[in-house]
Amino acid sequence: MSGIGTGYDLYPTTFSPDGRIFQVEYAHKAVENSSTAIGLCCKDGVVFGVEKIILSKMLVEGTNRRVFSVGEHIGIATAGLTADGRRIVQNARQEAKNYENFTSDIIPIHVLTERLSIYVQVFTLYNYIRPFGCSLMVGSYDEEKGPSLYCIEPDSVALGFYGCAIGKGKQEAKTEISKLKLSEMTCKDAVKEIAKILIKTVHDETKEKEMELEMSWICKETKGKHKLVPKKLIEEAVEWVKGQENEED
Amino acid sequence: MFNFEKEFLSDLNKEVKTGTTVMAVTFKGGVIIAADSRTSSGSYAVNRVTDKLTPVHDQIYCLRSGSAADTQIISSYVSYYTNMFSIEEGSKPTVKKAAHMFREFLYQNKQYLHAAIICAGWDPIEGGSVYSLPLGGSIVKQPFATGGSGSTYLYGYCDMNFKENMTEEEAEKFVTYGITEAIARDGGSGGIVRKAIIDKNGVRRKTVYGNKLKKFWEK
Repeated sequence: MSGIGTGYDLYPTTFSPDGRIFQVEYAHKAVENSSTAIGLCCKDGVVFGVEKIILSKMLVEGTNRRVFSVGEHIGIATAGLTADGRRIVQNARQEAKNYENFTSDIIPIHVLTERLSIYVQVFTLYNYIRPFGCSLMVGSYDEEKGPSLYCIEPDSVALGFYGCAIGKGKQEAKTEISKLKLSEMTCKDAVKEIAKILIKTVHDETKEKEMELEMSWICKETKGKHKLVPKKLIEEAVEWVKGQENEED
Repeated sequence: MFNFEKEFLSDLNKEVKTGTTVMAVTFKGGVIIAADSRTSSGSYAVNRVTDKLTPVHDQIYCLRSGSAADTQIISSYVSYYTNMFSIEEGSKPTVKKAAHMFREFLYQNKQYLHAAIICAGWDPIEGGSVYSLPLGGSIVKQPFATGGSGSTYLYGYCDMNFKENMTEEEAEKFVTYGITEAIARDGGSGGIVRKAIIDKNGVRRKTVYGNKLKKFWEK
């Protein structure tokens, strides 16, 4: 990998002759090294799922969180350097709280996303601070507007998605997602489908250790609040996936 | 020693206040806001045809009482922020949002300010709403609100005559007579009655000139 941008890749303040900023592209690579996270917009909400590799049997379940709440109504899932993700979430929480204090309204998701974009972009301008090495998926559900899902990458581009994946297995995950009929899917179904993609398609049991599923949703059932998917539902989904495997065998 | 400035020009050195009577009332379909037109500096009427009905956004207005400078700058700020937010969000602000922005400015700077605002307007979520923001920076949503030095003469009048869900004509009469009465009784209020009717179709402004003001009991 060394030698790709030789000379032009030392600082984010240098463009290469073909118009690229290599430090930002290297930040993307940091995201691609991390385990996969998926977000889906269903007809009644947004569901996030993260494949968490269990590094040691001594780790407590549910530790090393990859999904976060911003306000009550917005969820963020991260891939890449978790610490960087936490920093951006901290900023998001500040933005949301300031907006609420000033206007007495909860921050609309597209406003928060744009402000996070602007924040992330600032770190691609200077040579003394590095770009963030993480991508975020920002999701929310509103009775009137329906579900919304945005993905913010290290280069600060924020796009709206119906379904999105970030991290190591994003290519395979995206292929699987494109086969799903998202507009007809409920959140409960999405929990199963995400579990299937993460366990079967993305996670390589031979190469990697065991995985833990971290899932959260913002949907009609949770009344528009971002909550972790109940453990029971995740266990049922895992059972369902195992059942599917047996059927295929 | 006789001091010319002190004796004859003292008024001009006093802070310019909007002596004022302002009223806002919700009716079926929107709000009507009304104000007198006197700005005084001591006993000198600096402006006898002031427009105290200040637009904040397309269908949100504010009524200013207290220090003219303070209220002008704050309504400028709120107007700026509501415009910025509406562009960022792609939708018009609610009256609630604008009123809470006023509150933030008034409360956080209460030591320096002498300003009371009534924020009123129409939005598609709540319909017509009136928010009262008195001196300390609190915020109260009310079906109607009065403010300014002349409002003290209107508490009885309002309590007796206000009804929920009035028609536009009834509400217009309510505010016009109210301001008229306050102008008659309050030295800090005078001039003409300026009104604005804010509903889903926008804002309609009306004026009632001095000679057309109804005369209530007076010898």
